[in-house]
Amino acid sequence: MRVCIVGCGAIGSLFAAHLALLDELEVWAFDLDQDHVDAIRANGLRLSGESTLHSYPAASSDPADIPRCDFGIVATKSLHTRAAMKSTAGIFQDAAVCTVQNGVGNEEIIAEYVPRVIRGTTFPAGHVVEPGHVEQDTGGKTWIGPFEPKPASMKEIELLAARLCESGIDTLAMEDSRGAQWTKLIFNAATNPIGALTGLAHGVACDQPAVRRVISGLVAEGVAVAEALGITLDSDPDKLVDHAREVAYHHKASMLQDALAKRPTEVAALNGGIVKFGEQCGVATPLNRVIWALVEGLQHSWQSND
Amino acid sequence: MKPIESVCVVGAGAIGSLFAGHLGSVVNARVLVRRPEHADRLNQEGLRVGGKSDLHTPIVASMHPGELGEIDLIIIATKATAVEGAAERIAGHFPHACVMTVQNGLGCEDVVARHGEWPIISAITFMSGVRHSDTHVEYELDTETWLGPWAVRGAGEATTEQVAALINAGGLKAKAFGDVCPAQWSKLLFNSVVNSVGAVTNLPHISDFAQRERAADLGNLVYEMMEEGKQVADALGIELYEDPWQMNVKAVRHGQTGGDEYAHVPSMLEDVRSKRHTEIDWLTGAIVKEAHKLGVPVPIHETLFGLVKGIEHSWQP
Repeated sequence: MRVCIVGCGAIGSLFAAHLALLDELEVWAFDLDQDHVDAIRANGLRLSGESTLHSYPAASSDPADIPRCDFGIVATKSLHTRAAMKSTAGIFQDAAVCTVQNGVGNEEIIAEYVPRVIRGTTFPAGHVVEPGHVEQDTGGKTWIGPFEPKPASMKEIELLAARLCESGIDTLAMEDSRGAQWTKLIFNAATNPIGALTGLAHGVACDQPAVRRVISGLVAEGVAVAEALGITLDSDPDKLVDHAREVAYHHKASMLQDALAKRPTEVAALNGGIVKFGEQCGVATPLNRVIWALVEGLQHSWQSND
Repeated sequence: MKPIESVCVVGAGAIGSLFAGHLGSVVNARVLVRRPEHADRLNQEGLRVGGKSDLHTPIVASMHPGELGEIDLIIIATKATAVEGAAERIAGHFPHACVMTVQNGLGCEDVVARHGEWPIISAITFMSGVRHSDTHVEYELDTETWLGPWAVRGAGEATTEQVAALINAGGLKAKAFGDVCPAQWSKLLFNSVVNSVGAVTNLPHISDFAQRERAADLGNLVYEMMEEGKQVADALGIELYEDPWQMNVKAVRHGQTGGDEYAHVPSMLEDVRSKRHTEIDWLTGAIVKEAHKLGVPVPIHETLFGLVKGIEHSWQP
């Protein structure tokens, strides 16, 4: 069995490093960051923090180096999904490819390039410390299930889940993994851009009543869209917001980290995703659209003000 | 009617300096300041106005209202956030004066009225300037100032006309209204949106603000937020003088300030960039408050209000 991780940033590295521990599994890490690839080739991939391990996946920045795989795990930022799939499609001609990215809309893009698609959602988070070294900040489950319009078989999905569990990534195979995906989507769309737009850490934002009301308004729209789509959420995202305030008070949302570094954000796959699915099922999402426009405006300011 | 012979400006920022520098060419101009060196320099050097005007005006300045003599017209030109402090300083002085407020936003007249019996003129200004130093201001946009008697305890219409005539005589542009509320609300709705959106996105007032092609285009947000504000004005029975969306389109198209590279930086964005307390409570916050009283839903205003409040909080240690 052969697996290729597409996009080996923090999340991709967590998957690659764990899976590379397993015998009888060939793991490839594909990433455009040549320094990271060179470091993995020379010294392997090291994880610290929540997971401490050191393993040796194969790595390349050139898809031509990578043999055909049985599985793909896509972990790029959602705004790079299309470019990544375009260049790696040849590797996955007869593969089941699983997204573990943020937001919605990635499965649809991946399905244009590969025969079978797995809808995935993962909670662990981390950051790249240096080439070849990633720190895992939080643990948590991963949920995978078929992408209905172009599904992988449950047999494949269960096999992938089993290997992931064996490697130490707690994964559940499900007939319908949309609940997990939308729970995380709604949580992320309501909290990530708030950090990016205000500069506040999650807990501090929650403690500002005027800001907390904005978060709840965003959550309510997302929940309404999920309901209209017939998706049963795993848990109440508004309660998750409070829970995250308890366990990650000083956490700077990834989109805030993007904003501080003036990197393009994933807002189009988060708030933009909720808006698009809302349009499809006739649910109004004015506040998510407002937030989407504001973050796009902020991104534009990085070009025009410097 | 008694002629206006002396004017005192409180808050000599760009707008206050433009009033003092121009009106001082036709009547006695005085400035109430907070710093002794500011008073000294104005007393010694006067005030120079460049840009659209070329003036050099003698000024009498002091930190103490008691040293400024009789005053007929007080112009409070501070930021909305500083009106309370300004009114406290003139409390008990200038019993025969009327007060003109020229802030962005709602509610500054009420603040002034709590500190004295002066009749009040509500004014809004569209002119702009750049304050180069304590004694040098540049007159940038030579657009109008609109004024009218405050609805609650206003100066008479005749006095308002007299003040408008004085401002025009001084070389600025003014227009008196019997009821300035329609104009004030037009500008409030415009300002509340352009300032808060500019502050949150870090964008000056560029053509993006009128762009409405894609779902995520900023113009959609601006348009819908202005529609919300119009519902509030409507519920108050105010017929707007100008449509805020048209003001927005006009401002970014053929530009008060030309192309994007010269675009106007809204004052709230300036405040955010220098981490100063903003006027959000007097603009977007004031609309939210009115809307709640009236039961008009304003979710977009609440969102922008919350985000700017969050930004202000992010500067706290």
